[in-house]
Amino acid sequence: MNRKWIVPTLYILFLMLPIYGLLSMSFKTTNEILGGFSFFPQQFTLENYIKIFTDPTWYNGYINSLIYVVINTFISVGVALPAAYAFSRYRFLGDKHLFFWLLTNRMAPPAVFALPFFQLYSAIELFDTHLAVALAHCLFNIPLAVWILEGFMSGIPKELDETAYLDGYSFSRFFVRIFIPTIAAGIGVTMFFCFMYSWVELLLAKTLTSVNAKPIAATMTRTASTSGYELGLLAAAGSLTIIPGAFVIYFVRNYIAKGFALGRV
Amino acid sequence: MRKTTNQKAWWLVVPVLLLVAFNAFIPLMTVVNYSLQETFGNNVFFWEGVTWFEKVLHSDRFHASLLRQLLFTGMILAIEIPLGIAVALSMPRKGPWVSVCLVLMALPLLIPWNVVGAMWNIFALPDIGLLGYSLNSMGFDYNFTQQPVSAWMTTVLMDVWHWTSLVVLLCYAGVCSIPDAYYQAARIDGASGWAVFRYIQLPKMKRVLTIAILLRFMDSFMIYTEPFVLTGGGPGNTTTFLSIDLVKIALGQFDLGPAAAMSLIYFLVVLLICWLFYTVMMRNEEQ
Amino acid sequence: MSRIEFKNVRHAYPPAKGQELVYALKEVSQVWEDGGAYALLGPSGCGKTTLLNIISGLLTPSEGSILFDDQDVTQLPTADRHIAQVFQFPVVYDTMTVFDNLAFPLRNRGIAEARVAERVTEIAEMLDLSDRLMQRASGLTSDGKQKISLGRGLVREDVNAILFDEPLTVIDPHLKWQLRSKLKQLHRQIGVTMIYVTHDQVEALTFADKVVVMHDGGVVQVGSPVDLFNKPKHTFVGYFIGSPGMNVLPCKLDKGQPVFANNLLSSGYPADTDLSGKLEIGIRPEFVRFAEDGIPVEIEKVEDLGRYQVVTVKHEAALIKMVVSEDQVIPSESPQIQFDPDNLRIYRDDWAVEANDA
Repeated sequence: MNRKWIVPTLYILFLMLPIYGLLSMSFKTTNEILGGFSFFPQQFTLENYIKIFTDPTWYNGYINSLIYVVINTFISVGVALPAAYAFSRYRFLGDKHLFFWLLTNRMAPPAVFALPFFQLYSAIELFDTHLAVALAHCLFNIPLAVWILEGFMSGIPKELDETAYLDGYSFSRFFVRIFIPTIAAGIGVTMFFCFMYSWVELLLAKTLTSVNAKPIAATMTRTASTSGYELGLLAAAGSLTIIPGAFVIYFVRNYIAKGFALGRV
Repeated sequence: MRKTTNQKAWWLVVPVLLLVAFNAFIPLMTVVNYSLQETFGNNVFFWEGVTWFEKVLHSDRFHASLLRQLLFTGMILAIEIPLGIAVALSMPRKGPWVSVCLVLMALPLLIPWNVVGAMWNIFALPDIGLLGYSLNSMGFDYNFTQQPVSAWMTTVLMDVWHWTSLVVLLCYAGVCSIPDAYYQAARIDGASGWAVFRYIQLPKMKRVLTIAILLRFMDSFMIYTEPFVLTGGGPGNTTTFLSIDLVKIALGQFDLGPAAAMSLIYFLVVLLICWLFYTVMMRNEEQ
Repeated sequence: MSRIEFKNVRHAYPPAKGQELVYALKEVSQVWEDGGAYALLGPSGCGKTTLLNIISGLLTPSEGSILFDDQDVTQLPTADRHIAQVFQFPVVYDTMTVFDNLAFPLRNRGIAEARVAERVTEIAEMLDLSDRLMQRASGLTSDGKQKISLGRGLVREDVNAILFDEPLTVIDPHLKWQLRSKLKQLHRQIGVTMIYVTHDQVEALTFADKVVVMHDGGVVQVGSPVDLFNKPKHTFVGYFIGSPGMNVLPCKLDKGQPVFANNLLSSGYPADTDLSGKLEIGIRPEFVRFAEDGIPVEIEKVEDLGRYQVVTVKHEAALIKMVVSEDQVIPSESPQIQFDPDNLRIYRDDWAVEANDA
């Protein structure tokens, strides 16, 4: 009676094919890969993964990426919370212009900022630190966080605030004890998006690091370009970068769609 | 929402302001600075005025990149928006499959961009990649590292693969917010499937579609990493989009002046198109 | 237009995993006469909306059949049943004008544009929407939107019935009354069958010629508003209709006559009444009065509602409500009450026992 399921099924199949290609290649030896195409790995090997988990330049890449992503997520959400509250509750001088200005930063091409960022962060001696990348990613994550949070907060009736003030709550106590728990879902969604954009961005992360804070993605680029065709290793590293994202999606799956819909343009 | 005027609210915005201004203002000023000067190294600068802007605006190279960029963005929007709507509309609205669909569809969004490029590179390799091998064994002459058409097709397909899910998620949220009563009323009024889409689903999706188009426009206009890893801008210059070109000029040739001028023009183009689109959409909404 | 008949209709929604099948609608056999104004009255979750959706064909019942003029339509899709339905929340097509909204059902059925314009103008006139035909529907207030939903049903000349699912929920109180009288007037004017679902007894009793009271997935009584008030067939009808609702008190039988807490009551039941099961008496507060030699009570509470007073009295553990006129003096010392024998009814297992079948 209903053939509707065909469309999403085909679409998901299309999404999974390149991922399968990557996974299958990560279990092949270099010889097999270069020897020609095979749908399933003929000589199944874990060699590539073992290499990644034993070589510090590889696994440090993961740790570096995770560190700056987490720092960025907390900074972004932390400062965006009060700001979004102000935008959703109050009218103040220049509020609309400020909001639009914030959003324009979301439109700034990272390529434009790569070089000035390099100079700026070198000048303040933060070059090649996790903090540098985390701060740089604030450029696009803070506007996004403010935008999404403002949408969620506007959905909470103002009577909640007023009741709390009548009950004798101070602003800060109300904000931490009552307001934040009320929009917990919104905060979750926002963190998801901050995590996502910080995790996937590479141009700035690569520009601002050299050794100590080098992200996994940059390590991969280096492999691809310097040591010739280590495709199996590249595929294994790539496959591993999918895992944190998959985890995060699983936890917020019920909010993903809602998060964007509630934000305001 | 009813808002009260309160100037003290500024204090709540200050941290955001400081952080974003730090990241946006200083680099932007640096860019402006470069765009007006010429340097021969050693931090010696000469005032150039708007020369670089004139040069960039008249350069064939910039025109070509901009044209490629517009073509690319136009193509991916033309594919991703309708495809995203179609998938969102045919997705189940309740039941265990919802989670499965959402998780699987969101997966490409969370893969680092250069991994996306690398993955598609591997996928499309003519002799050993799944896509490349399959196409060639089906008799198509396909090699994205050498044929411009193949390279374009692969780049567009990669972006569709990477970002259509964002459109799906947004539209799905829009579709889910339509109360059942609308569908029931449409059945009672004898509306066809097309009429249901045209008069119920599409109007309700308008807001999320605006967001989807804006985000897709902005992000595709800034695209750098994925095509850089996939094709490196080639073969030749055929897939050199604005950002790639910019980085080539700035870091490859170290022509800071022209690069900075181009950056600013580029930024202004994005802003202008977003602002136009936003204004038009908002005006429609008010009517 | 046609007569609608339910034959042994039952419906159950597919159960959640590990749960038993529960009938949202228990067996219903019911005839809706052509041109009647019916109200379906009951609390939330009693199956009213399910019943309504079965008529319109939005739901196919798990068992039983629906006949329109003796023709089985159980499997017929909604669009072919010629039913109009107005929902709880106004459904309008936001992007269209009021005119296009009203024309939508006709255009979908391929009716000539000239005829469409004629019909729409006529209906807009009836609903006082004429001056707003060219406006965007999204700009109207909720009562205006609700009129549009109604209008979309009225424009079709072939409608068998118009169904209303709590249509006044989101309407401002002072407009509710207006819209309700508009409905009543339209019913007289057009004479189409109207079935009106509500949980508000005032809405039901003022709108309908016949009220169908539903409780826990079943129909408990069908009758005119007067019948429901005077002769509730089920204790639920007794306390759901009337304000305050009927007093339902446990009782025993002694020589065929009801006994409430050791007080023998006089009633219209014959002397040989003999019943088993859970027995209760039902007496409306309007038929309880203070008397010289009755049941001794304590006064619990007196509420003055202007034109009358509601007095709550207590006898042993039982609370009894009574309605007395505003000038009635409440006796302060050892008050006693009496029940009017003609309006006292016995309920066995919640169902009324008629005096002649006892």
